[in-house]
Amino acid sequence: MTFPRTLATAGRVLSQLRHDPRSIALMLVAPSLLVGLFAWLFSDQEGVFDRFGGAILALFPFIVMFLITSITTLRERRSGTLERLMTTPLGKADFIIGYALAFGVMAVLQAIITVAFAVYVCGLQVDGPLWQLGLVAVVDAVLGTALGLLASAFAQTEFQAVQFMPVLVFPQIILGGLFMPRDQMPDVLYAISEWLPLSHAIDAIQAVTAGDEGWDVGAPLLIVAAFAVGCLVLAPLTLRRRTA
Amino acid sequence: MTNPDAVVIEGLRVRRGRREVLDGLSLRIPRGQVMGLLGPSGCGKTTLMRSIVGVQRTHGGTVTVFGAPAGSRALRHRVSYGTQGSAVYGDLSVRENLRYFASVLGASRGEVGVVIERVGLTGQAQQRVADLSGGQQNRVSLAAALLGDPELVVLDEPTVGLDPVLRAELWALFRDIADGGTTMLVSSHVMDEALRCDRLLLMRDGRVIADTTPRQLLADTGETDAESAFLVVIERDADHETRRSRREAGR
Repeated sequence: MTFPRTLATAGRVLSQLRHDPRSIALMLVAPSLLVGLFAWLFSDQEGVFDRFGGAILALFPFIVMFLITSITTLRERRSGTLERLMTTPLGKADFIIGYALAFGVMAVLQAIITVAFAVYVCGLQVDGPLWQLGLVAVVDAVLGTALGLLASAFAQTEFQAVQFMPVLVFPQIILGGLFMPRDQMPDVLYAISEWLPLSHAIDAIQAVTAGDEGWDVGAPLLIVAAFAVGCLVLAPLTLRRRTA
Repeated sequence: MTNPDAVVIEGLRVRRGRREVLDGLSLRIPRGQVMGLLGPSGCGKTTLMRSIVGVQRTHGGTVTVFGAPAGSRALRHRVSYGTQGSAVYGDLSVRENLRYFASVLGASRGEVGVVIERVGLTGQAQQRVADLSGGQQNRVSLAAALLGDPELVVLDEPTVGLDPVLRAELWALFRDIADGGTTMLVSSHVMDEALRCDRLLLMRDGRVIADTTPRQLLADTGETDAESAFLVVIERDADHETRRSRREAGR
């Protein structure tokens, strides 16, 4: 891995995005719209949005970035540009980390917009500091990016990549503690949920909105970050210079 | 530098699914020449080229490029590959594409302008690649393959879909690059393009059925144009094959 090649790749991915304003709009605005919809839905029920709003903030950036990343990298595999790059001195990690950096930048912007919208427009009650909420949202979005990069290795078509949503993402949502607090789940499901990164992402967000401090926020956040790093370490290993 | 050959292939075997695409192919490509690789589509040209640049999974035999195994790290600066189809980023401009490939190769920014001019796209440099014609997109891909001063340039059907004037210009460009000492391996299924090469390889069903020069090809077959010369070579090869399979069946 070399720094200039990684940066060049990140820059290239960002210029591709710049030529595609519609995708930028979707990435930056869609999570806010969904948060707004959610707030409106529960506007007559006191306290519901405050209980679930935070978790939604963990969810949407994760899903949006997962989808965008897995489709974009898959497009690169299928258009022949990845094969071309594999004949050059570009390292596999340059490619993956370049993508992660570019989408990481988008994740930061997305988190700022979504958190600001949730708090200032929808009136989400947050007892902890706002920057922590933003930080958790960014880490979640980066996790989505990392998981998307890894997942795209196992998809041969865009159609398959989209199918990873129900396989990899929906179970994490169901077991993440949004529908039922995790400590009330059957033992087996609780044990499984412990191994799913999104559970810890939701834990972290709920800790921030509840005003918890220190390790109550830090520990789940570290776990999410570790999952993201793990995916980014594994993803280059799935790239092959030689293919059939 | 004692080895006069840029590429040496011995007994190369490649399977795709259950099909043997290349079954024990051997050949040599001399340095500093324009080598044409001709044959109908599906005959294994692309597989052979991918093996030379080291992105093809192989099942036997050796491919050696400048004395090193194909695809090894040291070769990634010295060998460039223009894939079939343009394999550049359609949503970026011509210049943005080449800037990216230049930084990947460690080539200078100044080189970007040079290769754009060489392929005749100076007027389109700021346009999005997706908005260009198919022929222009191929030339963007070609420009990318010329970046970083490669010693071996492998181009898969670079002239497909181009008008005759542009085709002639590109072949002149290949000639020009080879005169600078670069080895060019260029595939095509347009037989007439064979006569523009220094040497040519004719492939059919995963085998090399002729490894010759244009002059030799015409002399051997007694024809005046490449198309008919190839027909003769193919017929002779078919006769040869029939006799061989009869012999094998008789055993």
